[in-house]
Amino acid sequence: MSALDPVEIFRVEAAELLEQIEQGLLDLDQRLDDREQIDSVFRGLHTLKGSGAMFGFDALAAFTHHCETAFDQVRKGHAPATRELVAAVLAARDHMRALVEDPSGDYAGQETALLSQLHAAIQVGAIQVGATQAGATRVDAPQAGAKPQATPEPPPATADTAARQWRIRFALPPNAMVNGVNPLAYLDELRELGACEVSIDDSAVPPLDQLDPTALHLQWTVRLETEHGRSEIEDVFLFVVDDMVLEIDEMGAWPLEALSPAPAPVESKAEAPATPQQAAAQPTSPKTAAPQAAATPPKTARRSVESVRVPADRLDELMDRVGELVIAQSRLSQIAAAGLNEELRAVSEEIENLSNELRGTMMVLRMVPVGTLFERFRRLAHDLQRETGKQIELVTEGESTEMDKTVIERLADPLVHIIRNSADHGLETPEERQAAGKPPAGRITLAARQSGGEVIISVSDDGRGIDCARVRAKAEANGLVAPGQVLSEKEALHMIFQPGFSTAAKVTNLSGRGVGMDVVKKTIESLRGAIDVESWPGEGSEIGLRIPLTLAIIDGLLVRVGGARYVIPLAAVEECLELSLEDDAKSRGRSLLSLRGSLVPFLRLREIFQTGSPPDPHQKVVVVATGAERVGLVVDQIIGDHQTVIKSMSKLHEDVETFSGATILGDGSVALILDIVNLVAVRQDQEAQMRAIA
Amino acid sequence: MTTALRTSTAWAQADQMEALTFDVSGETFALEASIVREILDLLPETNVPGARPFVGALVNFRGRIIPLADIRFAFGMARAEPTIDSRIIVVEIEFEGAPCLVGLRADKVNEVRTLARENAEPPPRVGMKWRPELVECLIKQDGAVIIFPDLQALFDAGRSKPDGEIIRYPKP
Repeated sequence: MSALDPVEIFRVEAAELLEQIEQGLLDLDQRLDDREQIDSVFRGLHTLKGSGAMFGFDALAAFTHHCETAFDQVRKGHAPATRELVAAVLAARDHMRALVEDPSGDYAGQETALLSQLHAAIQVGAIQVGATQAGATRVDAPQAGAKPQATPEPPPATADTAARQWRIRFALPPNAMVNGVNPLAYLDELRELGACEVSIDDSAVPPLDQLDPTALHLQWTVRLETEHGRSEIEDVFLFVVDDMVLEIDEMGAWPLEALSPAPAPVESKAEAPATPQQAAAQPTSPKTAAPQAAATPPKTARRSVESVRVPADRLDELMDRVGELVIAQSRLSQIAAAGLNEELRAVSEEIENLSNELRGTMMVLRMVPVGTLFERFRRLAHDLQRETGKQIELVTEGESTEMDKTVIERLADPLVHIIRNSADHGLETPEERQAAGKPPAGRITLAARQSGGEVIISVSDDGRGIDCARVRAKAEANGLVAPGQVLSEKEALHMIFQPGFSTAAKVTNLSGRGVGMDVVKKTIESLRGAIDVESWPGEGSEIGLRIPLTLAIIDGLLVRVGGARYVIPLAAVEECLELSLEDDAKSRGRSLLSLRGSLVPFLRLREIFQTGSPPDPHQKVVVVATGAERVGLVVDQIIGDHQTVIKSMSKLHEDVETFSGATILGDGSVALILDIVNLVAVRQDQEAQMRAIA
Repeated sequence: MTTALRTSTAWAQADQMEALTFDVSGETFALEASIVREILDLLPETNVPGARPFVGALVNFRGRIIPLADIRFAFGMARAEPTIDSRIIVVEIEFEGAPCLVGLRADKVNEVRTLARENAEPPPRVGMKWRPELVECLIKQDGAVIIFPDLQALFDAGRSKPDGEIIRYPKP
C-alpha cells in the first residue's frame, strides 16, 4: 500500500493541474484582463512542466514549455490575452492530457499544428500590443522617443521610472531547501534586476549541536537599485510567495531612518509614476497586493482546514464494514428487544445511536459538491458554442449540493448528453432567437438541489422546447408507437428516452456520437433515479434527474407479503393505512382507493408475487409516489423502518426488474428491495396483456 | 462456454480430473472440484418472485447474497423435500465475463473422486430425457452413470436475450 507508484502520483497531480489550467482559461475567456487567472494558468503550466520533467514525461515538459512561454509573455504584458490564445491553449491542454496518459504515442503532426496555432495567437497579440504601446507612448510620453516596435523591450527609462531603491527582506520556510528551493537563485534573479547589496540575518541559526544542516535558518535583506517596479520584484518569488515572508519597501519614498519597521507603502504611490504601458501591463492584482500589505505579521498561519487524499476503494471498504456493522447492530437490537435484560437493551440502544452516527459520518465522507461535476461542463459549453455556431451561456446553480462521489461520477456522461441535446436541438440560432424576441445568447441552466432523500439535477434551456408532435411522428416512424395509440403529453416526451429513438438520419457532430438518450435513462435507472421532462413550446424545456442521495444504505420500510419480507424505499413512501373491507371487497373489478378525495390505484403485492397463501385478515396499504403518480401497495403486514444496506443482486437475476437489490435482515435472512417504478411498469404491461386477452 | 472450455482443458491436460459428486433426485452429478468454494448446510432461502425457477431463490452466504440454483428445474426432475443430507454447494462460475458465486442445491454430497477421461462419453442423441446441450458428458464409473453438466449452458438457458423480450411474470 505504501509503495505508491510515483508515476501514478504524478498522473493524479497532473490531472489536477490540467483541471486548474482549464478552469483558469475558461475564466480568462470571460474576463480577458483578469491578472489573477493569467498568473494561475501560468503557475499551473510551470508546475506541470517541472514535475513532468521530474517524472520522465519529457515530451509533456517540452510541449508545455511552449505554452508556458506564451503565457509568460502575457503575464509580462508583452502580449495580451486573447480569445484565440485561450482557445489555442485549451486545445494544447487537451494534448497535454494525452501526453500524460500515453507519453509514448507519436503526436508530432498534432503538436506542430497546435504550436503554430499558439504562435499565431501570441504573435497577433504581440503586434497589437506593440502598436498600442507605440501610440500610447507617443501621446503621453513623447520625451521617451518611442519607436513603433513589434517585439517589446523592457520599458524605456523615462524620468518617472528612474532607478529607485528598494529594500527587500525575505525569509523562506525552514524546509525550503528540502523541497528543492535554492535561495541563491532568488538572489541571482534580484541581481539581474539591478545593483544589489545583500546582507544576511543569521540570528536564527541555532548552536552547532542543534543545527539541522538541511533546514534553512537564514534571512536576507537586499537593498536593490532598479528601474523595475514592485511587481517585477514580486515575480522573482512567484512560486514560493505563498509560503514565505516577503517585505518589499520602496526606500526612495521614505527617509532612510525609517528602514526598520517600515509600514507597507501605499500601492498607488509606488505605481502612479509608472509609464503608461507599465501601468497597463502590470495592474497589480489584489492578490499580489494583499500579502505585501499584510507582510508585517509573518504569514505563518497555514490553511487551517487540512485534507487527506484517500483512494476511493478504501472508502468503499470502510463503507462495507459500516454496512456490516449496521446489520449486526440491528440483529443485536432484535435480540435485546426480545429479551428482558434492561442493561443489554441500554447498551444495544447506545450501539444503535453510535452506528447511526457512524453511518452518517461515513456518508458525509463520500459526499462531494456537485460543483466539481458542473465545472466540467463549462468546457463543454465552450466547445459546443464553437461547434454549433450558437451562442450559449451556461449558468450553474446549487453547486454546493453534495452527492455521493460514485453517483457524481456516473452522472457525468448522461449530463453531457443532455446538455449536448439541449444545445443541438433545444437552442435556436441567434437569428431565430432574435426573431422570436429572445436575447441572442441561449441559456442552459444546470441546477442542483436537494429535496428529501433525493438530489434533483435539472438541465433547462430557453430554446424552442420539445415538439411533441414531432417526437410522436418520429416514434411512429421508428415503430415505437402504434399509429393510433393515445399518448399523454408526458408519455410522448418520455419517448425521447426510448432506445432506438435517436435516429441516425440526424448525425451531427453533437448528436451522432453513438449514444442515445436511452443511455441516459439506463444510467439514471441504475442509480435508482428517475427522469422528468417538461417542455414549454417556444420557451424552453427542462430535464430533471432525480437521484437518491446515496447508493449504499437507504432507509426502508420493511413489510411482509405472505411469508416473505420486502423493503420499500422510505423516500418513496407517502403514507400507510389499512385497506378498508369495503375497498377490499369492491376491488374485484377496479382496484381504487379513495384517499382524501382523490382516487389512488392499488396493487396487491401478494398477487404480483404469487405467494399462494391466504391473505391476512386486515390488509395494509403503503401509498408510494412514483414520479407524479401515487400507487397503493397492499401488503399483509407493515413491520417498521429498517436501515437497509443495499447489496446488488447477482448478474443471474438481472432480468428481474421488480427488485433493485437485496438486503440482509437482522436474523440473517435476505429481503428484496422493491423497485417501485419498475414494479408499476411491469404491472401495467401485465394488465395490458390481460385486457388484450379478454 | 467458459466452463465448458475449462473442463475440456482440464481433461486435455490430464486424462484424469478431480471432481465432486453429488446426488439430485436419484441421479449422480459431478462438478470439477476446483470450482467448488464451499459446501454448506441448508440456509434460509428467499424466493425471488419473477425470476426463472432454476435460480428462483437467494441465500445469505456469510454476508454475501448469492443466487441458489436448483438443477432439478433444468433437468425436469421432481422436487423433493429437504432431508438431513441436503446441502448447498457454492461454486464460482464465470458469468458474462465476471466471476460469480452460485449455490447449487444437492440432496446429498458424496465425495471428491478422480474421474478418468476414458470413461467419459458425449451425451447420446436419444435415450435421455434431458436437453443434451446441458450435459457436457456422461461418465461410467463403478457400474453407475455420473452426469457431468455444462454449467455455463445451464445458467445461460432461459435467460432473456439482451435485445429480446424480457421475461415477465407468468400470467396469473
